[in-house]
Amino acid sequence: MDVKLINPFINATINVLETMAFVTVTAGKPYVKQDSKAIGDVTGVLGLTGVANGTISVTFEENCILTVVSNMFGEEMNTLNEDIADAVGELTNMISGQARRELDEAGKVFKAAIPSVITGKDHAIRHYTDGPKIAIPFKTDGGEFTIEVCFDRQKRG
Amino acid sequence: MDTSIKVLIVDDFATMRRILKNILKQLGFKNLVEADDGTTAWEVLETQEIDLIISDWNMPKMTGLELLKKVRASSQYKTAPFLMVTAEAQKQNVIEAVQAGVSNYVVKPFTAEAISDKLKKILK
Repeated sequence: MDVKLINPFINATINVLETMAFVTVTAGKPYVKQDSKAIGDVTGVLGLTGVANGTISVTFEENCILTVVSNMFGEEMNTLNEDIADAVGELTNMISGQARRELDEAGKVFKAAIPSVITGKDHAIRHYTDGPKIAIPFKTDGGEFTIEVCFDRQKRG
Repeated sequence: MDTSIKVLIVDDFATMRRILKNILKQLGFKNLVEADDGTTAWEVLETQEIDLIISDWNMPKMTGLELLKKVRASSQYKTAPFLMVTAEAQKQNVIEAVQAGVSNYVVKPFTAEAISDKLKKILK
């Protein structure tokens, strides 16, 4: 997979979390993920079409997303509920938007679908294309989360 | 900046409406109304007198851009302040919004200061 398609999602993730939730975010080393099991408790998934077709997902561990959303709302959140799921959807949407802006500046235009959210222990993430799933782990003061980026093998920009 | 005005916040994500409400309340705005898509927003605009519209772009039923065009085509709201707050930040999006008559544009993610600065500009 073209690394130029991955870096904008890493940059966008850091920017969105640091700006909206005031947390310090550190990216780990990307790797190819072999299975579909989510590394966390709540996932936002969003489809992309354009110079390549694919999906991005953002999966948060419970402690991490509770800290993130507490900071976003300015009030303490204690359980994974509809408010948390909605926030994960909007975070996924913002990460997609920021990344697409960077990609657009490089001449790679993408359109995004409206995100969906999956919640629960050991849930699976279904990417809609057959390309390699590149996972990038992130650490925050409140816990860890992982993004996955998966583009098809067919089209290249 | 007159904070007694009535503000309509339009976003399909409750999270974003909540964040924007928190920021607006901190700025002193008290008269806040919400809608979760463009269609509902238009119903609010037809039944209530709104002084400022803050809208997302990418929403089901009616997008923020469609709402903006409808607002600008109406006699009541053709000059109403309309702030687009959206993750749609590609050049073409900004051009389309400007051509449709948006008052100003904030890209998500944003800080409270960014919202405050834009509101001061469009409400002066």
